[in-house]
Amino acid sequence: MNVNVDNAPIKLSDRPVINPLYLFRWEEQEKAFLLLYPEGIIKLNDSAGQILNLCGGEKTLEEILIELKQIFSTEDIDSEDIDEDIYKFMEVAIAKGWVRIKA
Amino acid sequence: MVLELTYRCPLKCPWCNNPLNYGDFSKEELTTDEWKHVLREARRIGSLQLGFSGGEPLLRPDLEELMAEADGLGFYTNLITSGVGLTRKRLEALKKAGLKQIQISLQHSDPVINNAMVGVDSFEEKMEAIRHIKELGFPVVMNVPMSRFNIDTAGDMIDLCEKSGIEFLELVNLQYYNWALLNRAELLPSREQLEEAEEKVIKARERLGNAMTIYFVVPDYFDGRPKACMNGWGAIHMTIAPDGAVLPCQEARVIEGMEFPKVTEHDLGWIWHESPTFMKFRGNEWMKEPCQSCDEKEKDFGGCRCQSFVLTGDAANTDPACSKSEHFKIIESSVENARNRIGPGLPLVMRSRGSIGSDLKALRP
Repeated sequence: MNVNVDNAPIKLSDRPVINPLYLFRWEEQEKAFLLLYPEGIIKLNDSAGQILNLCGGEKTLEEILIELKQIFSTEDIDSEDIDEDIYKFMEVAIAKGWVRIKA
Repeated sequence: MVLELTYRCPLKCPWCNNPLNYGDFSKEELTTDEWKHVLREARRIGSLQLGFSGGEPLLRPDLEELMAEADGLGFYTNLITSGVGLTRKRLEALKKAGLKQIQISLQHSDPVINNAMVGVDSFEEKMEAIRHIKELGFPVVMNVPMSRFNIDTAGDMIDLCEKSGIEFLELVNLQYYNWALLNRAELLPSREQLEEAEEKVIKARERLGNAMTIYFVVPDYFDGRPKACMNGWGAIHMTIAPDGAVLPCQEARVIEGMEFPKVTEHDLGWIWHESPTFMKFRGNEWMKEPCQSCDEKEKDFGGCRCQSFVLTGDAANTDPACSKSEHFKIIESSVENARNRIGPGLPLVMRSRGSIGSDLKALRP
């Protein structure tokens, strides 16, 4: 995987979990996953929703990556690129406070 | 969507945004089944965020039952409370019923000042409620309605929230409608007080980082620009009053001559999408000058219809908080008076039933 894990906010062995401040769920009327929180709503695009759907605190990032590759992988996308995209999204999700690392 | 379950409240806050004649509605509160019907209808038309408010919503013994219904329907539920009556037992029941988040109000870090401001000994009960709320793991928004009487508490309030583990602090300057407008001459802070408070907030944000989110909402009286009230009339929000009247914002009842359709008489989808009341100020066709030709009309939607009505007599006028409004001097002079105020002030009119009659015309500032 092409990421520098030494100073990264999340390591492969970490178990990401959705911040309990947020309610994450599927909304049938919007056909999308949502993050609901005290002052607003975030409607997630398909891939962001799929990623957060696996952040339940049981799976490690490594396990999540393997699972997501099975979901997203198509013949014309390099799996290294998928890794990097997911990793970048996790960085954003942690910086925004949507996701925490389970202690 | 916000449900005002009742206008009843144990506190007597002289800035309350409930109608001055709230006592007139006391016999018309919706029943449990009627509220449940509202919840189902609202989900059907796509509502997601739900606040239970009032008055004090805890005065409704069916709050837990309504909470469970709302949670079952998939709402993100929020309880907007004074904290008075929020016992451990009720908190546990509300948690079980699916309550997600609590917004609790406090007026001052000093118990004596806090209690004087709301007219009731409530500080200790509120603090105990906050302890229980945090023990049960709810996210908390602390709401501090700011006026001249408590703007000095901004720094202490930040410390209090930090010690209590509160995630969100809203230092919200009062909006001047209903009781707050009645008492505006006493409540409006000076520009200097506001600047001092904002400086404390900026420093605290630097110190606290992600640990706490502090909102500091400046009143629209001070910068010559109107607020983008409710993101536009009938755009994203509705409030349902205790008697089932559906309002585009919680203050809308101040607009005289406007009929607010009731959920007991009409389909909520029709009220939201088609009723004359919700269509009245939707979009920008209704705007007069200077709004109509203003390049900021998509940004602030002409400000607040209620404020235009109570201060200029016509809800379709440009919000007088806008420096382009011909009525801007009304706002300017009240800010000027706040700065110049010396000596003892006027007595505050505390919120109480029947203290203000239904005919308010003589009281309009």
